[in-house]
This record gives sequence, C-alpha cells and structure tokens, in this order.
Amino acid sequence: MNLWLGLVTGILFGFVMQRARVIRYDKQIGALLLKDMTIVKFMFTAILTGMVGIYLLGDFNYLTVTGRPFVIGGAVIGGGLFGLGWALLGYCPGTSWGALGEGRMDAFVGILGLLTGAAIYAEIYPALSPVLNWGNFGNITIPEAIGVNHWFIIIPFVAIGILLFIWFEKKGL
Amino acid sequence: MVKGPDNYKGWNPYLGGALTGLLIIVSVMVSGNYFGTSTSIVQLVGMVEKIIAPSNFLQNEYFAIVKPVLSWQMMFVAGIFTGSLIAALWFGEFKWRFFPDLWKRNLGTSYFKRGSLAFIGGIIGMIGARMAGGCPSGQMSALILLSVSGLAAMIMFFVAGIITVKLLYKGGEK
Repeated sequence: MNLWLGLVTGILFGFVMQRARVIRYDKQIGALLLKDMTIVKFMFTAILTGMVGIYLLGDFNYLTVTGRPFVIGGAVIGGGLFGLGWALLGYCPGTSWGALGEGRMDAFVGILGLLTGAAIYAEIYPALSPVLNWGNFGNITIPEAIGVNHWFIIIPFVAIGILLFIWFEKKGL
Repeated sequence: MVKGPDNYKGWNPYLGGALTGLLIIVSVMVSGNYFGTSTSIVQLVGMVEKIIAPSNFLQNEYFAIVKPVLSWQMMFVAGIFTGSLIAALWFGEFKWRFFPDLWKRNLGTSYFKRGSLAFIGGIIGMIGARMAGGCPSGQMSALILLSVSGLAAMIMFFVAGIITVKLLYKGGEK
C-alpha cells in the first residue's frame, strides 16, 4: 500500500513539474543565471504552503514536527558540491527523471552520473566521517535555534516570500 | 518565435508550487512520507551492487545504514518519471533530444562536452547531496520543517550554483 502511494504521489508530482516546466535545464540554469525565476517561484510556494500546513497539523497534535539533522561540515561542503554539480548537469536528482520522461537524453547521462556518484559515496563514506560530524547541532529548527514560537518565523517567511514574488513579477524574472 | 507546444509557457509556477505543497501535506498525513529523491538513488545502486559485487556490498558500511530495499521513495521517483512522461505524451511535448535550448545557444552542440559535464555534474551533485542530507526535493522538506539544515543547504546550493554557471556561461547568456 505504502509503495503504491509512493508511485501515485510521484506521478502527480512529475505531472505538475512537467506542466510547470520546472524539470527543464533552461529553467534550472535560468534561475542560476538570475534571469528566470520559475523554479524559485515554484519551490518557495511549495515550501511556504507545506510549512503552514505541516505546522498547523502539528499545533493540532495531528503529527509531531521535528527538524532534520544539521551538521555544518555536511551542509556547507556538501551543499557547495551539490551546487557545483547541479550547475554542470542542469537537473537535480528528482528532475533528471522528470526530464528523461519528456525525452531528454542528456538527463539520462546525468542519471548515470548520479548513480556513479552514489556508488563512489558509499565507498568513501567512512573516510568522510570527520566532515560529516564537524559541527553537529542535532535536529535543530530555526525557531528552536532562536528560541521563539514557530509562527514568529513562519509568518515573516511567508511575508518575505510574497514580497519576493511581487518583486520577481515587477522585474519580469 | 515559432509557435508550438515547446513555446507554451506552462502552468503558473505559483499554482504548480501550491499544488506541490498540498501534495506534500497530504502525503505526510496519509503515509508520513516527506518528499526526497537522493536516498532512492543510493538504494538503487545498493541493489545493483548486491547482485554484481556481493562481497563488496556486504563489507560496505553505508549500505548497512541506507538499506537497499524497494522503498516508498524509489516508487516516488519512478512516479516522477512516469508522471512527466504521461504529461509530455498527453500534451504532445515528448521528444527525444540531447541539447537543451539554452545550452545550444551558448555552448554549442558537442556531444562530448554536454555529455561529460552532465556525467561529472551528476557524480559531484550526488556526493554533495548525500553529504548535505538531501537534494533540493529533500531540502524542500527540511525547509517545510523549518530545519536549519534545509536553510543552510539551500543557500549553499544556490551560491555554488550561481558561481559555477557564471564561469560556465562566461561572457553572458544569449
């Protein structure tokens, strides 16, 4: 059942991403060239919608909201490496499969690279442990780090997001 | 400009984003699964290694942590491919092609250049994503949870990406 839910959720997500064009190289690199903010609009709207919904569900005790592990070494070095690789490939791991779905063969070459990267990572994982443990803060969230209720972060985030969107539209980005 | 399906601008990105946000909420409510994709690629590699190099697989520390079993996320990723394929076929946009338009206009049509950078980019990107605890879809989930990790990783993705693209497209984009 769980597996079928995964497939159905993925199909809906893939369909939406194809229609909104966010799986395309031109859109992803367009954002990094600061010329076309389509993917940023898409991602930020998804994040803000999800954030409000998940935290509301948490407040009504429908689910428990916890942060993800934060390790400075992993986030900074790994994040930097991902950005470099993403800019060369022009697709991220999820969107490469979506791009292949509309016939983009360069994304298939990218997927072969991703698989190779995963195999290399599994081999070097033990050697990376100093980096992956450097600056371990545990499952910390932004409101926990600052020491305020989560809505004091969510509401400003939504406000900043909307202002950013207005600015994008004004600039035609 | 030629009018055709490729020039159709597509759904409004805010609508697409809001639908995605709602889909994540429903997914968490129904099955407890947040979006993410890079773990499934490790699981896929693990499954292959288990068959072709079983002794190497058994010694590997990482595959003991990320178990290569058919997971929600692998099905989710298979779904992304399927959903995009359905949409592309339905709206007549499916086309085999190798060079993205933006690439072709600026960097030409060398199969070697596009192929090697896509492959190397995939390797580096995957190693980075695993180190950072996820690729953009996973970091989207981390940011929904207001995790410091999601914010830090997302900032690094864009900073490093913007610098790399600037170097790759030196002289500006056409």
